[in-house]
Amino acid sequence: MKVTLRIFRFDPSVDEAPYYQNYNVEAEPYERVLDCLNKIKWDQDGTLAYRMSCAHGVCGSDAMKINGRCALACQKLVRECEADFILVEPLPSFTVLKDLIVDLNQFFERVNFIRPFLVAGEVPEKERLQTPEERKKMGKSIRCILCACCTAACPVANENENFLGPAPLVQAFRRIFDSRDIQKTQRLEQLDVEDGVWACLNHYECTRVCPKEIPVTKYINITKGEIKKVIGAPPE
Amino acid sequence: MEFLFDVLVVGSGLAGLRAALEIPTSLKVGLVSKVFPTRSHSGAAQGGIGAALGNEEPDSWEWHMYDTVKGGDYLTDQDAAETLARDAARAVYELEHLGVPFDRTTAGKIAQRAFGGHTRNYGEGPVKRSCYAADRTGRVVLDTLFGKALERKIHIFSEIYMVDLLVEGGKAAGIITYELATGAVHTVRAKALLIATGGFGRVYKTNSNCFSNTGDGVYLSHRAGVPLEDMEFVQFHPTGIYPLGVLISEAARGEGGVLKNGLGNSFMTDYAPTLKDLAPRDVVSRAIDTEIRAGRGVNGKDYVHLDLTSLGAEKIQEKLSDISSFARIYLGVDTATQPIPVTPTCHYMMGGIPTDLNGRVLNKEGLPLTGLYAAGEAACVSVHGANRLGTNSLLDLVVFGRRAGRAITEDIETLSDPSPVKDAQVRVEARIKAIKDGNGAKPSDLRTRMQLIMTDCCSVFRNQTDMERGLEEIRGLKDKYRSVSIDNKGANYNTDLLDAIELESLLGLAEVILVSALSRTESRGAHYREDYPERDDHNCLKHTLVTAGSDGLEISFKPVKITKFQPKARKF
Ligand SMILES: Cc1cc2nc3c(=O)[nH]c(=O)nc-3n(C[C@H](O)[C@H](O)[C@H](O)COP(=O)(O)OP(=O)(O)OC[C@H]3O[C@@H](n4cnc5c(N)ncnc54)[C@H](O)[C@@H]3O)c2cc1C
Ligand code: SF4
Ligand code: SF4
Ligand code: FES
Repeated sequence: MKVTLRIFRFDPSVDEAPYYQNYNVEAEPYERVLDCLNKIKWDQDGTLAYRMSCAHGVCGSDAMKINGRCALACQKLVRECEADFILVEPLPSFTVLKDLIVDLNQFFERVNFIRPFLVAGEVPEKERLQTPEERKKMGKSIRCILCACCTAACPVANENENFLGPAPLVQAFRRIFDSRDIQKTQRLEQLDVEDGVWACLNHYECTRVCPKEIPVTKYINITKGEIKKVIGAPPE
Repeated sequence: MEFLFDVLVVGSGLAGLRAALEIPTSLKVGLVSKVFPTRSHSGAAQGGIGAALGNEEPDSWEWHMYDTVKGGDYLTDQDAAETLARDAARAVYELEHLGVPFDRTTAGKIAQRAFGGHTRNYGEGPVKRSCYAADRTGRVVLDTLFGKALERKIHIFSEIYMVDLLVEGGKAAGIITYELATGAVHTVRAKALLIATGGFGRVYKTNSNCFSNTGDGVYLSHRAGVPLEDMEFVQFHPTGIYPLGVLISEAARGEGGVLKNGLGNSFMTDYAPTLKDLAPRDVVSRAIDTEIRAGRGVNGKDYVHLDLTSLGAEKIQEKLSDISSFARIYLGVDTATQPIPVTPTCHYMMGGIPTDLNGRVLNKEGLPLTGLYAAGEAACVSVHGANRLGTNSLLDLVVFGRRAGRAITEDIETLSDPSPVKDAQVRVEARIKAIKDGNGAKPSDLRTRMQLIMTDCCSVFRNQTDMERGLEEIRGLKDKYRSVSIDNKGANYNTDLLDAIELESLLGLAEVILVSALSRTESRGAHYREDYPERDDHNCLKHTLVTAGSDGLEISFKPVKITKFQPKARKF
C-alpha cells in the first residue's frame, strides 16, 4: 500500500524555521513506521535525521511523536495508522537538534540525579536474599528503557521546566522498592520536594504513552503514599 | 583536535562497561560509543546468564565447562571454557551485588531456568543454569552497569564513532573519531585501547541484531593488521519471528515451549532425542531448515511454529512478557492461544579479534600486540568455539570484560605514551570528502545486495559452489563501494555518511566470513558444509586466521587448546 509520511524538518545550521515535508512510500501493513523512515532515508532523501538502533522496542532510541502521540517508531505498525497518513514529529518539550533528533542531555542528567544504582551495605559471599514477593514490588519498573516518551508527553513537564519528570521517578521507584537498597528514606526525601513527586498532577499522559506498559502514574502515586508513610505529610 | 587518555574503551555494551569499571579512577579513562550507552545491543539480551549456582537443582562448573566445549563442537579452547565456567558463579553474584534484579526462588535465591545445550552430569538431560530477570536480562544488567559507571563518574562520550584504528610498529596508537552531532573529526590517543564494539549480524538479511551492529571494531582491527579468528562460525538462532527476525528467546523453550512443523508434529524428538527442543542452536536451526526444505514448513512457507500455548497465560505473563508483547505487536499473535511463526535468524558471531584469556589481542604469531585489547562479541577468546550456548555470551562479557580491565590496569605501567598520528586524521577527512563527492551507488543498495548474497550462500547450509559465487559478488560490491555516494553533504547528524562508513566494515567482514568458510572443508557446529557433511578432526581441528596482507587475504591456522575433554562424536 502507498503511505504518506508528513515529517517535521529542521536543521538549525541552515533553516530559519522548521517546516514539514511529505514523502510517499510503498509499505506493507505489517511494516513499522521505522521501516518507512528507513525507506525514505535510504532511497529518497539521505538528509533526514532520526535515531534508531534495536528496531524492536528495547533500546529506546527512536522515540518520536507519531500522529500526535509519543511512541517508538519501531513499535508502531503502518496498519495501526489511520488513512495511510502518518504525521511524524520530534518528541515535544525537548530542543530539536535536527529533524527528529532531540537533545536528551537534561533528561539523562535528571535520571542521574536520582542515583540510578543500588546502594546496599555489606557484600555477602553469595547473593543477597530477596523473596519473590519483595522482588515483585519493583514491578514493571525494571522494563523502563529510558526512551523519554513519558517525560515528553507529560503536561506538567512541558510547563514546569524544573519538574523532575516521570522517567526519573520510575527509576527512583525501582530503587525505593528494591528490598536490597538501604537508602529508601534518603531517596524518598530527595523526591519529597515541590518539583519532585508533588509536581505530578495525575494527568496519566505518561502512563498512556509508555511503550513498555509501565503504570507510571500509579508508581508515582505509590511513591507519594510511601513518602507520607515514612516521612509525613507533604509541604503545604 | 587531539585528545590523550591513559585508557580508551570503545563500546559501551556490557563488555565495555564491565571492563571500564575494573580500571582504577586514578587513570584517565575515556569510553566512546556510537550510541548512548543504554541503547547498546546488550540491552536486547533476553534469556539469561549462565552459572552453575545450583539454586534449583544440583549443578557444577565442570558440567558447565563440558557443555561449553561440546556445544562448541570441540573447537572451544578449553582453558577459556574452564575460566568461564569456574568464574561464572562469582560473576553472577557480583551482578546481584551491583543491583541486578534477578528473579528469585521461594528461598530468596537467584532463580534459574533451563537453556539449550546446558545439561547435568555430562549430557544426561537439561539442567536449570540460566539466571534471569524475566525475559529482559540484558536490559537490567546494562542498566545496572551503566548506573555503576555513573556512580564512578566514568567519562562517557556518546554518539562518537570510531572511524579508524591505528596500530603502528606493533603497538596500538589510537583511534580517529567522528562526532555525530557536529561532524568533527578528532584523533584520540591512548596508552591502552580496548575494542568492545560487539557483533555484526547486519551482514545478513534476516537477523536479530540492532542497526548499530556493523562490526566496526572487528573490521578496523583487521584493516590495521590483526588476524581475525574463526570467522566462518556465524550463529543462526532457531527462533526469529517470521519474517522480521526479531528474537524469541530460547527461554521460551526453556520454560516448555515446543517447535512444531506444518503437520503439527514436534519434530525435535527426531533430531535430538535426549535434549529435544533444548538442543544447541546449530542443531535446532538445521532441524528447522531441514523440515522447511522437506516441504514441512507451515502452510508450505519458510517457517515453523513455536508453540507456547501449553504454558498458560499466567506463566507467559510472568516469565515471557517481552517476547509475548513482540508477538502481539508485530504479528497480532496471542502467545497464550496461538503459535508463533519462527525461522532461523542470524544472531551471534563466534569469531572475531583473537585474544588471550586476559583480553590481550594476539597477532598472527600468537603474541600480544602492545596496548590493544578486545572483549565481548567483537573478541574471540574462543570460548564459544564453533557454536555458542545460550546465556554464555552475557557471561563471557562480564567474565572476560573484567579480565581485560584487570590486564590493562596491570600493563599500564609498562605502556608508553602513544606516538603522534597526524596523517591518519587527514586520511579520514579525505575519505569523508570522497564519500560526499561520490557519484556511484547508494550505500543502501550495496548493503541490501550484500545481505541477500550472504543469506543465500553462507547461512545455515553452505557449499563451495555457492560460496565461491558469493565471494565473487561481494568483491564486485567492494569495487562498487569505492565510488559510493550519499545525498547528505551536511555536517550535523549525518547518518547517511555513517551508513556509508559502516558499509565498508560490513563488506570487509562479509569477505572474511566467506574466505574462512571456504577454507574449512568439514562440518562443525554452526558451519555446515553440504559438500563435507562430516566433522574432520584429523585435518580441521584448528582455528582459522585471516589476515589482511598486501596482496589480499591470507589464511593461516592455529591449534585448539584441549585439556580435559577429548573430542568425540556429538550427540544430543
Ligand atoms: C535479541 C538478542 C538476545 C540475546 N539474548 C542473550 C541472552 O539471553 N544471553 C546471552 O548470553 N546472550 C544473549 N545475546 C547475545 C548478547 O546479547 C551479545 O552477544 C552481547 O550483548 C554483545 O555485547 P558487547 O558488549 O560485546 O557489545 P554490544 O552490547 O553490542 O555493544 C557494542 C558497543 O559498541 C559500540 N560501538 C560499535 N561500533 C562502534 C564504533 N565504530 N565507534 C564507537 N562505538 C561503537 C556500540 O555503540 C555499543 O555501545 C542476545 C543477542 C540478541 C541479539
Ligand atoms: S501522571 Fe504526573 S508525571 Fe504522568 S503525565 Fe501526569 S503529571 Fe506528568
Ligand atoms: S517509563 Fe516508559 S515512557 Fe518513560 S522512559 Fe521508561 S519506558 Fe519510556
Ligand atoms: S529502535 Fe530501539 S526502541 Fe526503537
